[in-house]
Amino acid sequence: MSWIIGIIALSVLALVAGLILGFAAIRFRVEGDPIVEQIDQILPQTQCGQCGYPGCRPYAQAIADGDELNKCPPGGQATIDRLADLLGREAKPLDAAHGAEDVKKVAVIREDECIGCTKCIQACPVDAIMGATRQMHTVIADECTGCDLCVEPCPVDCIDMLPLPSKPERWTWNLEQIPVQNITDAATAQQSQGGER
Amino acid sequence: MSFFIASSPHHHLRRSTADLMRLVLIAMIPGVLAQWYFFGWGVILQLILAIGVALAAEAVCLLARNREPSSGLRDYTAVVTAALLAVSIPPLAPWWVIVIGTLFSIVIVKHLFGGVGHNIFNPAMAGYVLLLVSFPVQMTSWLPPATIAQELPGFWDSVRVLLFGFTGDGYSLEQIRRVDTGAMLDAVVMATPLDHIKTELAQGYTLSEAKSAIIFQGAAGTGWQWVNLAYLAGGLYLLKQRVITWHIPGALLGSLGLLALIGAVFAPDSLPNVDIHLLSGATMLAAFFIATDPVSAATSTRGKLVYAALIGLLIYVIRTWGGYPDAVAFAVLLANLCVPVIDQYTRPTVYGHHEERR
Amino acid sequence: MSAVQKYSGNDADIRLWSFPGGIHPPERKAPANQAPIQRLALADEFIIPLRQHIGALSEVQVAVGDHVLKGDLLSAPGIEHGLPVHAPTSGEIIEIGEFPLNHPSGLSGPGIRLRSDHLDSWGERKPLADYQQHNHLEVLEHLQHMGIAGLGGAGFPTARKVASAQGIDCLIINGAECEPYIAADDRLMREHADEIVRGSLILQWLTHAKSILIAIEDNKPEAIAAMRNALAQANENTLATQASELALKVVVIPTKYPSGGERQLTQILTGKQVPANGLPADIGILMHNTGTAWAVCRAIDHGEPLLERVVTLTGEAIRRPCTAWVPLGTPVQHLLEQVDFQPEAQQRVIIGGPMMGFTLPHLQVPVIKTTNCVLAPTRKELPPAGPEMPCIRCGACADVCPASLLPQQLYWLANANDYDGLKAHHLADCIECGACAYVCPSEIPLVQYYRQAKAEMREQAIEHHKAEIARQRFEARQARLEREKQERLERHAQAAKAREEALAARKQQPQASDDGAPRTPAKPDANTDPVASAVARAKARKAEREAARAESKESPAESATEAAPPEDPKKAAVAAAIARAKARKAAKQKDEDS
Repeated sequence: MSWIIGIIALSVLALVAGLILGFAAIRFRVEGDPIVEQIDQILPQTQCGQCGYPGCRPYAQAIADGDELNKCPPGGQATIDRLADLLGREAKPLDAAHGAEDVKKVAVIREDECIGCTKCIQACPVDAIMGATRQMHTVIADECTGCDLCVEPCPVDCIDMLPLPSKPERWTWNLEQIPVQNITDAATAQQSQGGER
Repeated sequence: MSFFIASSPHHHLRRSTADLMRLVLIAMIPGVLAQWYFFGWGVILQLILAIGVALAAEAVCLLARNREPSSGLRDYTAVVTAALLAVSIPPLAPWWVIVIGTLFSIVIVKHLFGGVGHNIFNPAMAGYVLLLVSFPVQMTSWLPPATIAQELPGFWDSVRVLLFGFTGDGYSLEQIRRVDTGAMLDAVVMATPLDHIKTELAQGYTLSEAKSAIIFQGAAGTGWQWVNLAYLAGGLYLLKQRVITWHIPGALLGSLGLLALIGAVFAPDSLPNVDIHLLSGATMLAAFFIATDPVSAATSTRGKLVYAALIGLLIYVIRTWGGYPDAVAFAVLLANLCVPVIDQYTRPTVYGHHEERR
Repeated sequence: MSAVQKYSGNDADIRLWSFPGGIHPPERKAPANQAPIQRLALADEFIIPLRQHIGALSEVQVAVGDHVLKGDLLSAPGIEHGLPVHAPTSGEIIEIGEFPLNHPSGLSGPGIRLRSDHLDSWGERKPLADYQQHNHLEVLEHLQHMGIAGLGGAGFPTARKVASAQGIDCLIINGAECEPYIAADDRLMREHADEIVRGSLILQWLTHAKSILIAIEDNKPEAIAAMRNALAQANENTLATQASELALKVVVIPTKYPSGGERQLTQILTGKQVPANGLPADIGILMHNTGTAWAVCRAIDHGEPLLERVVTLTGEAIRRPCTAWVPLGTPVQHLLEQVDFQPEAQQRVIIGGPMMGFTLPHLQVPVIKTTNCVLAPTRKELPPAGPEMPCIRCGACADVCPASLLPQQLYWLANANDYDGLKAHHLADCIECGACAYVCPSEIPLVQYYRQAKAEMREQAIEHHKAEIARQRFEARQARLEREKQERLERHAQAAKAREEALAARKQQPQASDDGAPRTPAKPDANTDPVASAVARAKARKAEREAARAESKESPAESATEAAPPEDPKKAAVAAAIARAKARKAAKQKDEDS
C-alpha cells in the first residue's frame, strides 16, 4: 500500500508545483523586446544597404533568421561585437565583401552643378535631401546618415561624401592628434598658419 | 623647439609607489632590530635571502610577461612582500623554506594574478600559509627569546643552521631551541607564547597556570611584546608620514582588543586578555604592515573599517577556537576574499546622490 | 539704516561645512599677485572667436574692411540667450573666417580678425543707470547684449543663468579661486571690491535672493579686507536700497582645493548638496564668480560690454609674472611677449591653472572670456608626468575625491570600455578637478581617462540619438512610399472603374440616341475588348509624353535662338548640360588616370 501513497503524494506535489509554476509564468511574465527589435537597436540605422538588404530593419530580420552578423561596414567591429554579445554568437571580423569600416561621412551636393533631377531625393532612404524638380537640391546634413546611396544615381556626379568636420564640442580628448607647431622658426609657423587658412 | 601637450593636472604630488614602499621598509626597521635582538641573526639572513629571491623572481616574471623589468623592480613592492614574509617565519628555518615561500608569493600569488595591483591575496600572507600547511614543523620552530635562551647562535652559526641544519659545534636547531626552565631538571623545547597558551589550555590548565611559564616574564611574553611594540612604533611612523590612514590599524586593533576584553571578562581563566592578544604573535605587524597592503585591502574608508574589523574578529576566532596558535595569515586571506563584497556594499554615496539612497 | 545692516565684521554667525576629500597643492600665488593689475601694450591684431560660451552661434554683423569702434557689436545676440561679441578695441575688420580656438582640442572655429588702430576709441556706451526703474527682462536683455558670461568656469551666459533660476534664497559670489597660481580674482577683489559689491547687489535684485555670501579662501587676507571694507562702504552709502532683511556677508573659507568648484562651495557654505543632474538653483542657490559680478556692474553702470578681463600671467618661464587687464581676443603670443617669456625646450603653455588647465599647441590662440590664467612653468617647477605605472589600488584617489567617487574603480571600468559600469559608478558626477591624478602614486593620468570615457559616452549617446531619428525617418519614408503605392493603385482602380462605367453608359447611349457617327470606330472596340482599350490608352499616354518631351527639348533651342532675356529654365538647362559634359569628361579622365 505504501507505494500507492507514495505515488499519490508525489502526484499531488507535482500538481501543486505545476500550478505554482504556471501561475508564476503568467503573473511574472517579462515582456521582452522581440529579438529583431533589439538587433535593430544595435544597427547604426544608416539604411545604406551595404549588407545586401534594403535597410537596417530587413537586415535585423535576416540576422534573427540566421544570417551572418558581420555585414555592416558603417557599424564596424563595435556593432559586430555588440550583436555577438546579444545573440551569443561568435564575433567575426567585418566581411570585406560588404565594404570596409570608414570614418563618418556626410553627403554634400555641389549646388551650382545640381540640375534638379530629383534622382538623389528618390534614392535617399531617410528623406534627408531637399529640393524639387529643376530646382537646386541640398542635403540636410544633420539628417544624413552618410549611406552613399545618393552618389550613384546623380547624373552629373555633383554629390561628394565628405568626412564629418571635427567640432570642439564633439572632440574626444585625443591629445596625440593635436598638431604641435614648431616655434623655433616663428615666421614659417605663421606662414603655414596663414597658408592653411 | 615645440610646445608640449599634456593632460591636466599638470602638477603632481610626486610621491610614487616606490616612495611609499621605501617608507614602509624604513618603518619596518625597529621591528626587525627587535627581532634581531631577541632571536639573533636568523631574521637578517632570512631577509637577505627573501629579498634576493624576490627580486630575481620578479625580474624573471616581468621578462616572461614582456614587461620592462627595471620599472617593476624599482617600485619596491617585491621587496616589501619578501620582507614581510621573512620576518613572519621562524628565524632559523631552513633556507629552502623562505625560498619556496617567496617564489610562491611572487610568481603564483602576484604575477599569475596579473602583477602589481591585480593580486587578490596578500602575497606575503599567502606564501606564509603555503609554508605553514606544507612544512608545519619548520614553520613552528621558533627560537626562545634571547633573555631566556641558553645561548643564541652567532652569525656564522646562524648561517650554518640555515644552510645545513647544524651549528659549527654540531648542535641541531632542536637543541638550540631548548630553554633552561630552572624549575625542572630537563631543559624543554620552547614554543611561542601563543602556542604555549594554546597547548596548556588544551591540556586543561588555567590561563594563569599557563602564564606562569618562563616565557611570560612580562606582559605578553618575553621578547615578543617588545617586537610588537617596535612594530607599533614603525606603524605610527607610517601614520605620521601619511603612508597609511588610521582606519585599518585602528579597526583591527579595536575589534581584536574589544573581543579579547569581552572574552577576558566572561572567562578570565580560559581566554587570554587584551595585552596578550595585542602584544603577542604578529598582531602589530598585521595591523600596520600586512592588513594595510593597499592592493588586497578594501578601498573606501568605510570598507577599510569593515575589512580590518573582520580581520580582528577572524584573528580572535582562530586563535581562540581554531587549530593554529596565531591566525594573522589566515585571517588576512579570508578577509581578502571578502574584499569585493565589502567594496560593493561600502561604496560612498556620490555627491548629489544622497536622495536616491533613501 | 539700509540693507546691509545685518552685515557683521566677523564670521562667528556663519557655520561652515566641509566637503569630502580635497588636496593642498602648493599655492604659488606669490609673484603674480604682488603688484597691481597692469595694462600691457595693445596688440596689433585681435582674433575674436564668435563662440566663446555655451549657446547658439551668433550672426556676424560686420564685413571685411569695416572700421569699428571699441565696444561695437560684431555679431548679433543669438537665440536662447546666445551672446554677441564686441570689438575689444577700435580698428579695421581684416578677415572673417576660421581661426584657432582657445580650446584644449586645438581645433579651429569661426571668428573675426581685427587690426587695431591703436587709438582704442570708444563707440557709444549705453548705461542702464537706474536699473531698478526697469523691469527684470530689460535688465537681463541688457546683460545679454553686453555679452556678459561667467568669467569663472564654463562661460555660461549670465542672463540665461539668472533667468532660469527660480526661488533663489542665497546668492553666492565665488571668490575662492582655489586653483594654484591663479590670482586674477584675488587682484580684482583687492582693487575693485566696490564694483564687485555693486554687481552682486544687481544680481541679487535680479534674483530676489535673501542673502549674498561672498566666499573667499583664507589665503587671500588682502582681498578679504578689501571686500569687507567695500561692504562697510556700501552700508554707509545708500548703494543698497533694497529689502531691509538682506544679509550680505564675506565668508572666509579654509584653503583646500577644489573649494572653488560650484558644487563644493555650495556644500561648504550650506551643507547641502546640489542634486545630481540638477542645478544649484534646485536648492535655492545661485553662484556667480567675482569677475562676473564686476562685469555686471560695468555693463549696467557704464554701459561697457565685456571687452576685457584680468588674466594671470605666471610660471617661471615668464620673467615678469603679473596680473593684467587683457582685451578679449588678444593672442597669447602677444601677451607672453610683453612679460618676457623665456621658453625652454618642450615648453608647456597652459591656459588656466595647473590642476584643470589645458596646454596650447601654439600661441596664435586668443584670450577669451573664461581665460583667467596663462601659465608657462619650467620643467623644474612643474615636472611633466612620469611614466604611467600599474595601479596598486592604494585608494589615495578615493580619499581625495571631492565628489566621493571611486576613481580607481572608474579607471578599471574606463580601461575596459565598460560604459554601463561607468554610468553605474556615476562618472558623470566627476568634476575633473584632478585631485585623484595629483595624488596617484602610479602617476596614472586618471582625469584624461575619464574625459575620454565621457566623450566616448557622449558620442555614443549622440550616435544612438541620430540612429533613432534615422530609423524613424526611414520608417516614415517606407510608410509614405507604401501609402503612395496604395493610393496610386486605388486611383488606377477608380479610374478604371470610372472608365468602365462611362463605357457602359455610352454603350447604352447610342442605342438611345443615334448621333454616334464620329465615335463609331472606338466604340465597338472598347465595348468588345478591354485589352484593346488598355493598349489604346497606353498609346495615347505615350504620345502625350513624347509630345511633352519634344516640347521640353525644343524650348531651350527656341529661347536660345530668340535670345530672349535670360530665363531660369534656359540657364539651368545650359548649365546642366555643361556640367554634365564636364562631369563626364572628368570621370573619363579619372578612369584613364586610374
